[in-house]
Amino acid sequence: MLASSSLEVVTTAGSIDRPKAGARAVTKIQIFDLYKTYATRTGRTTALQKVDLDIRENEFIALVGPSGCGKSTLLKLITALIKPSRGKILLGGTLLDKPSREVGIVFQQPVLMPWRGVLDNVLLPAEILGLDMTEAKARARELLELVGLGGFEDRYPGELSGGMQQRAAICRGLVHNPSVLLMDEPFAALDAMTREDLGFELLRIWERHRKTVVFVTHNISEAILLSDRVVAMSPRPGRIEKVIDIVLPRPRTLDMQFSPEFKAHSDEIRALIRRT
Amino acid sequence: MTDPSSASLSSAETDDGAEAWVDPERVSLKNVLLPLLTFSVLLLIWEAAVWQARIPAWLLPAPTVIGEAFADWWRELLTHSLVTLYETLAGFALSIALGVPLAVAVVYSPVLQKTIYPILLALQSVPKVAIAPLLALWIGFGAMPKIIVVFLVCFFPIVVSTATGLTAVPPALMDLIRSLSASPYQTFVKARFPTAMPHIFVGLKIAITFAVIGAVIGEFVGSESGLGYLILVSSSQSRTPLAFAALVVLTLMSIVLYYAVEYIERLMVPWATKT
Ligand SMILES: Nc1ncnc2c1ncn2[C@@H]1O[C@H](COP(=O)(O)OP(=O)(O)O)[C@@H](O)[C@H]1O
Ligand SMILES: [Mg+2]
Repeated sequence: MLASSSLEVVTTAGSIDRPKAGARAVTKIQIFDLYKTYATRTGRTTALQKVDLDIRENEFIALVGPSGCGKSTLLKLITALIKPSRGKILLGGTLLDKPSREVGIVFQQPVLMPWRGVLDNVLLPAEILGLDMTEAKARARELLELVGLGGFEDRYPGELSGGMQQRAAICRGLVHNPSVLLMDEPFAALDAMTREDLGFELLRIWERHRKTVVFVTHNISEAILLSDRVVAMSPRPGRIEKVIDIVLPRPRTLDMQFSPEFKAHSDEIRALIRRT
Repeated sequence: MTDPSSASLSSAETDDGAEAWVDPERVSLKNVLLPLLTFSVLLLIWEAAVWQARIPAWLLPAPTVIGEAFADWWRELLTHSLVTLYETLAGFALSIALGVPLAVAVVYSPVLQKTIYPILLALQSVPKVAIAPLLALWIGFGAMPKIIVVFLVCFFPIVVSTATGLTAVPPALMDLIRSLSASPYQTFVKARFPTAMPHIFVGLKIAITFAVIGAVIGEFVGSESGLGYLILVSSSQSRTPLAFAALVVLTLMSIVLYYAVEYIERLMVPWATKT
């Protein structure tokens, strides 16, 4: 497994020099030989060990693995909020050494500002980046409409359910029109029903506004149902076990959970992740 | 786009925002009427006990006698109250004006944090009652030494609560803001300060209850006016009903000031006070 996945990396990594216009799948994020070690009171924790991964432009890619395997660490490295101990990340071909406005983030908790209404919460990134507010407002309203929050613009987060808050948080992650959306277990705090709904809503948004989505989850079914590719990670120290192409057609439906392809993927990923 | 299942779900979600309701009128009736009733009963027992045991008014006046003192002395009570109120509010305002910026400085500067916090803690540990005579010695008998006592009493809770609030931004929100390369000014205005507001009001509510006590301590030590002075003088002249009347005014002032701060809190941080 390891040999084949690193082989794949080598071949795709070779594509950097290829002219992008002609390529079928343009690489958006390139991760080379990435290591992350945290210094803790009890010693050092290696959270990520030799991660190589190419993420294609506009693909929906999921990172799955048991908790503590370094999924959040990998996302934080892509936001450039923390620095790698070794290795590097290229975003759109340039070295990522400081946070980029090409990146939007959604966390497990919505972390909306309780003193702002929904619309103003969504507008926060546009304000900070100093974007044209008229345009940003139009975009925010369109996004809110898209997730079924039209008419809730002036409500306060405290007046909304968890699912609605998370919908607003997704809009906030997209308001500055980033080309990459990073999502760290965005639906993990929601009940199963809301979770399914939000997954499909996310796909709808993704079909409307194509982006590269990096979606962290420890829910294997969710990963398969939503993604083009699933990255299976092993527990500490976090490594990439395998990158799996999901063969399910789009648009995805809930029924696909019962297809033999789904089951095959599910069994494979489960086996990869269990193995230590 | 049009997904009927999600549409029906979001309308169901709006409904679950409404909690299991208790009639608000019955709640407020219980909240107001019950304490009032208890209070009245206590007053009645007090009144009856004083008459029954023939306790002289200079020792413990009955509530009705205190009421008479109010009627006879309302002009004096009013002027002295205004003095105490002024000292209280001036000291309180001063502690906000200096305490909040100091907390900001402490939060942003690790060096200041290491140097100022121990000094603050030491200052807080000195009993203010012990400082008051010294202030009178240095500054005299005007309003200023009282204002300083009030300031000293209010300062600590305000600094500590503000500093706590400024660092209470959820880490994920902080990550989001950092990922947008926000300036320190943007981070302060858009996240830190609004997050701190409810915490600041916790400090303000503690401080305002201390503030009145601080003013009275200042007045006890040396003054020619104020409710503290009135209590001191009237009890030394065995005009105990007047001393009690002044005490009642003092208590009422404290309560009114507390609720005034709470009212301002409701206006300024509605998101944190909504129940
Ligand atoms: N700031 C940190 N300091 C020290 N150790 C950390 C820190 N962040 C994460 N870790 C450790 O790194 C490992 C991976 O963490 P994380 O990336 O959060 O995993 P996941 O998101 O997959 O659950 C864990 O063992 C965790 O304890
Ligand atoms: Mg995580």
